[in-house]
Amino acid sequence: MRRGAIVRVVTIALLAAAAATAIAIFIRWLPAADSKEAERIDLVFWVVVAICIGVFAVVAAISIYSVVKFRVRPDDDSDGPPIHGHTGLEIVWTAIPTILVTGVALLSAVALAENGHLKSNRLEVDVTARQFVWSFKYPQYGDFQSNELRLIEGRQVRLSLTSLDVIHSFWVPEFRQKQDAVPGEVTHLPITPLKTGKYTLICTELCGLGHALMRAPVIVMTPAAFEQWARAQQQQGAQGASG
Amino acid sequence: MTEVVEHTPHAPPAPPKTGWRRWVLGPGFVRAAWMTALFFFIGLGIVVGLRSLGHYDPVWDWLIIVTVAGLITAPIGFLAGLGAFDYWVYYALGYPTRPEDHSGHGARSWKDYFRVNTDHKVIGVQYVVTTIFFFLAGGLMAMIFRAELAKPGMQFLDNQEYNGLISVHASLMIFLFVIPAFAGLANFVIPLMIGAPDMAFPRLNALSYWLLPIAGIMMLSSVAVPGGAFGAGWTGYAPLSVVGTDGNIWFNMGVQWAGASSIMTALNFLVTIITMRAPGMTFWRMPLLVWANFTTSLLVVLATPFIAGSQFFVMFDRIMHTNFFNYQEGGYVLGYQHIFWFYSHPAVYIMMLPGFGIASEVISVMSRKPIFGYRLMALSLCAILVLGFSVWAHHMFVSGMASWLRVPMMITTLLIAVPTGIKVFSWLATTWEGRIHLTTPMLFALGFVSMFVIGGLSGIMLGAVPIDIHTSDTYFVVAHIHYVLLGGSLFTIFAGIYYWFPKMTGRMYNERLGKLHFWLTFIGFNLTFFPMHIIGVQGMPRRVSDYDPQFGTWNMVISISSFFLGVSFLVFLYNAIVSWLRGPIAEANPWRAMTLEWQVSSPPPIFNFDEIPQIVGGPYEYGVPGARHAVFNGDRATDLEEARSP
Repeated sequence: MRRGAIVRVVTIALLAAAAATAIAIFIRWLPAADSKEAERIDLVFWVVVAICIGVFAVVAAISIYSVVKFRVRPDDDSDGPPIHGHTGLEIVWTAIPTILVTGVALLSAVALAENGHLKSNRLEVDVTARQFVWSFKYPQYGDFQSNELRLIEGRQVRLSLTSLDVIHSFWVPEFRQKQDAVPGEVTHLPITPLKTGKYTLICTELCGLGHALMRAPVIVMTPAAFEQWARAQQQQGAQGASG
Repeated sequence: MTEVVEHTPHAPPAPPKTGWRRWVLGPGFVRAAWMTALFFFIGLGIVVGLRSLGHYDPVWDWLIIVTVAGLITAPIGFLAGLGAFDYWVYYALGYPTRPEDHSGHGARSWKDYFRVNTDHKVIGVQYVVTTIFFFLAGGLMAMIFRAELAKPGMQFLDNQEYNGLISVHASLMIFLFVIPAFAGLANFVIPLMIGAPDMAFPRLNALSYWLLPIAGIMMLSSVAVPGGAFGAGWTGYAPLSVVGTDGNIWFNMGVQWAGASSIMTALNFLVTIITMRAPGMTFWRMPLLVWANFTTSLLVVLATPFIAGSQFFVMFDRIMHTNFFNYQEGGYVLGYQHIFWFYSHPAVYIMMLPGFGIASEVISVMSRKPIFGYRLMALSLCAILVLGFSVWAHHMFVSGMASWLRVPMMITTLLIAVPTGIKVFSWLATTWEGRIHLTTPMLFALGFVSMFVIGGLSGIMLGAVPIDIHTSDTYFVVAHIHYVLLGGSLFTIFAGIYYWFPKMTGRMYNERLGKLHFWLTFIGFNLTFFPMHIIGVQGMPRRVSDYDPQFGTWNMVISISSFFLGVSFLVFLYNAIVSWLRGPIAEANPWRAMTLEWQVSSPPPIFNFDEIPQIVGGPYEYGVPGARHAVFNGDRATDLEEARSP
């Protein structure tokens, strides 16, 4: 009897886990991972999803089994067995979640530290947000200003963000990294783009009427193409300043 | 119930005034109307008088006049007119205090629900009905902006209207529905459960209820403010809330009135639970709902002053140019978020712990088994209470706060999953080998457990900093909060409403309509909010009136489902109204429950217990042969009251 119950619960749990896994696999969840940071974030994401599927399956199985198996007719006046608790079980379901969340915390802390690690050859870009425009300055190239964010394939960039009015937030979903731009403060965000291509920078902190449209193009270029573009911009900027 | 009045040792009440004087001068809506106007002009006089004395220009600054006279003094006038302060004013002015004649107690007709009533049972019903009204208002707003979001591009709203709708929707749902709905249910049930005749401070209880409609009407009416409603989200982040439309003041002050109401109620619960338990009701014999409201009340009194402070700072920045959050004058922008979340994270548990309590009651009774691990259930509430204060900055992982704070806050955040997990597993263990009656409250309670697990798991994901960096401020967060607030709080509120419906109204609801309501809500809820996880992870930010066309299909699915979900509440409304008016008369104890509220008639006598209950055992001893939670051995409640009075 008891063994039969366990077999049935495990079967339902496996079915629930299979269904949840199918939802995780067959729906496209995360967008393309086009930065080194994104790869680490995705690893944490899928590890935690796997744990979540396990917990969900156990809970779903026990509740479904209970409702189906232990349901009685409305006129059944009997009571269940007076079980008040079970110290062993209670220790188990305190200890296992503690171990699981400690593991998640460790993995997350490592990924976070790795993603915050700065390289010495990094590109520096100063990002200034205001309602509802992004602008970018390149201090290593004479501080010229641009309305699009151009980055170098395979080279880390450190963004230094600030805002002139309200809080905005920098997010390129394919890069995963996100950071608020706060008026009166400079915040930093390292990103290492891995593929050339066009992306969209999205403001993710409600910043007023134009929030939904506060976007800017992000272009990742090969080192040579970037160098060419940056030099040209730098000269244009110098001419503009002298003229 | 005149018999009770005879037993009270006080002098008889003063003869009532007659004719027009009673109508105009007696407490009630007529006096409330003219006193609201009077106090508005008092506020206006203070502002204009002070400004002309101080040679401020302009003297008639309408923004300040409206804030002071409209949002502060006029509501005080309304409360005074209604009679919320009568006793205290008589006392303070040295008039002969009118002894409590209990005329303000209990409901003999429907009119008694529309005045300052000191009966906790009446106040509980007032709370529940009022909060359902604001729930419907907030829900309608959600359906309006979901219609806008059905397709990419702008349909029929402009950006200000959109931002206003999402902000007012969330504020009403949080401050005027979830928090006070739990307070209302507890108001009705807690004194009964602990064997008390009423709350410790009945007049304070009445006052705290009447603050609520003020807060709600204030938030609702902000849509009529020139420039538009407050549109910085329910979080009202500075500096956007400082520089945004003047409607933000309606939010700043609305939160103050709702917050004051919360604090008063919480103090009342604490004193009631600590001092007014029936003989034999030790802490370890209290039902878990009482434990839940005890811990919730501690959270409320400790945390709520912080949101009051944050909203005052924002309002002062706007109308008094104080520069708390103006970085150009040395203000500290992130300070707002720290203060705000120091309340608003504990507020998440304020919105959840009472639901845990309701689920524990319902699941134990409907499974006909003792709650599994009673002491650990109570202790895990306490653990959540303590840990809840140490996690606020997990809302700020990408905010630019000190970056070292992220890892410790992540650890405490993830650790909260442990006591929460204990509760979930204990509920499941309670159902195991039980005799499960799948009544409507049980359906909602089990629906809560399963949906809350999903919300809790997405909470673990959001608690892990790297995942949060990607999903922060996306629809993934929207999905998460709706799984915990709708799948968690709303489901338990409905479980509670159905469970205590016979006790509150004296009539039985329709079980088939109740089940229909559950299934429609359950399906509509999942169809509406589960896809939000997907589009959030894929890259759709929250709080946007327009979005990338790639999210169009899912948004259409979500919008259609949200209308389905909205319509499902009509089933509830119909069931509740028709059953209240014409439902079959309820028995005293239709669920065969052990807790005290079911040992008295439905609805209960005016002072709850004609005999003082003696508590002799735990509250969930189902299946234990001969076990009793309480016995009535003939001590008359009123005799005891007389013996205590000087």
